[in-house]
Amino acid sequence: MEILMSVAAGILFMGGTYLVLSKNIIRIIIGTSVISHGAHILLLTMAGLKTGAPPLLGLEASSYTDPLPQALILTAIVISFGVTSFFIVLGYRAYKENGTDNTENMRGTDSYD
Amino acid sequence: MTNLLIWPILLPLLTGILLLFPRNQIRFQRVLSAVSAVALIAVTVFILWTVQNEGIQTLELGGWTPPFGIVLVGDMLAVLLTTTTAVVSLPILLFAMSSIGKEREQFYFYAFYQFLITGVMGAFLTGDIFNLFVCFEVMLISSYILIVHGGTKKQLRESFKYVLVNIISSAFFVIAVAYLYAVTGTLNMAQLSQRINSLESDAPVLTVIAVLFLIVFGLKGALFPLYFWLPASYTAPPSAIAAIFGALLTKVGMYSIFRTYTVIFTHDTGFTHQLLAVLAACTMAIGVIGAVAHQDVKKILVYNVIAAVGFVLFGVSTLTETGMAGAIFYLIHDIIIKGALFLLIGAMVIVAGTSHLKNMGGLIKHHPRLGWMFFTAVMALVGVPPLSGFIGKLLIIQGGAEAGQYVIIAVMMAASLLVLYSMIRIFLYGFYGQIQLETADQYGSTKGLLLPCAFLIAVSAFLGLGAEAVYPLAATAAETLHEPQIYIDAVLKE
Repeated sequence: MEILMSVAAGILFMGGTYLVLSKNIIRIIIGTSVISHGAHILLLTMAGLKTGAPPLLGLEASSYTDPLPQALILTAIVISFGVTSFFIVLGYRAYKENGTDNTENMRGTDSYD
Repeated sequence: MTNLLIWPILLPLLTGILLLFPRNQIRFQRVLSAVSAVALIAVTVFILWTVQNEGIQTLELGGWTPPFGIVLVGDMLAVLLTTTTAVVSLPILLFAMSSIGKEREQFYFYAFYQFLITGVMGAFLTGDIFNLFVCFEVMLISSYILIVHGGTKKQLRESFKYVLVNIISSAFFVIAVAYLYAVTGTLNMAQLSQRINSLESDAPVLTVIAVLFLIVFGLKGALFPLYFWLPASYTAPPSAIAAIFGALLTKVGMYSIFRTYTVIFTHDTGFTHQLLAVLAACTMAIGVIGAVAHQDVKKILVYNVIAAVGFVLFGVSTLTETGMAGAIFYLIHDIIIKGALFLLIGAMVIVAGTSHLKNMGGLIKHHPRLGWMFFTAVMALVGVPPLSGFIGKLLIIQGGAEAGQYVIIAVMMAASLLVLYSMIRIFLYGFYGQIQLETADQYGSTKGLLLPCAFLIAVSAFLGLGAEAVYPLAATAAETLHEPQIYIDAVLKE
């Protein structure tokens, strides 16, 4: 199961990298979300996917799944959620002000003369 | 006073929250943030004094014993850096008050400034690798907002790239933590160190993770070849914001490399630290090449930030106590002097009305105090003996010689010379040369701008002349880094 999930995370990283390297602002933003998904899935996978009860003490099981990575992922999800929403607004404002959503046209050309 | 260590984090956080409410009361915002900055200096100096007298302080949050809970660790390195952060944050705040403009002040500038300090303090004091990630994000999200604050065309363009690079490097950080957790099963830095050092066979996967962490922190700290985002994004925001970025943000990345490469990953130093040394040399070279090539005063200074990253990391890579003490001393000096130089260049751009060297000249006629302060700061940056940059560089070179890295020492000497050339060119062309200013206040005045710069230069002079007082602290910090067992024993209290 871990191998399957690692492959899935790898595919997400591949797609995300491809999207981030494109020229369109919105594709770049989608690419960063895809990469975050890959990172979160990887965090869950790396801690081990051994079967056990959900980490709730009310369920009296002989073993539980590891609760720590779930807490880490929850933290990472809200952080990436906040950053992504900021990034979307930033991309929108950059599009409005610069009049383009193509990163080729967003190069810094400081002229002094 | 067992809760002492939480105050450097709590104080700016509470101030930031309070500052969110009265948006239009600029006077109140200014007074409160200045009072908080002064209180922060007092608190951090008191913690420094405590650590010096009583050894490493730890604080178990929530009373859970480490490694199960989050622990804050104030060892000498962390405490020295929190003190320096507090000392540099006050003058930059004062500079911002007289230069940032009413519109920006009304839109929560001071609140985000305090949140940025919160993140930096948290990153220095934490003893948990995932908590370090969270503190990085607190710092970065505040920096995203500050870099785009005001929303000019250039800021929007450059901040898009800055945010993108940092999102990618944060994803890498999560991935690196995931791998490390899979291998070791812990997140507490002291326990990580203990487990990695107790491995009997060599574990190549840990070397891979070490390099992954180097990529993450190298992206934050602008190490060659990951520095490409820095020059454009640090020249976009107003001077006060660029000053706090240039003084602090890359240094948090460097501190993290210090921490991970001395406490955690010490199992295969032959490979990892040689890699670090080579990258440090390339960083110095790239930094000075950029600094010499540019004609824009802000760009010259920004490339000098990159060169300084190389100097400090070379000290870490030597793995000698002398080299590390030098790196710590240079790091502290660099935070102070880069803050001062960014502020001086900011004042210079305001009075000259341009940031291009070709269009300014003769500023010393109307602004002699600015000119001579800039000259002193340049001498301190390069490391002319009575000033603060000297001892750090000397110790780094001494440590490099102990480790036998003579080629990199030669690169470092040449880089120092070119740093001097690039900065003295600003002095010669900008302050001497043909006079372009007719009256002193033609483009803007230096009212309120010089006092913060003078304060920072005084601190830098104290670091240089009072090195007898500061060096023992750096030596204690280096000793803890050199012997991670001291750190482990203090945290885990076996």
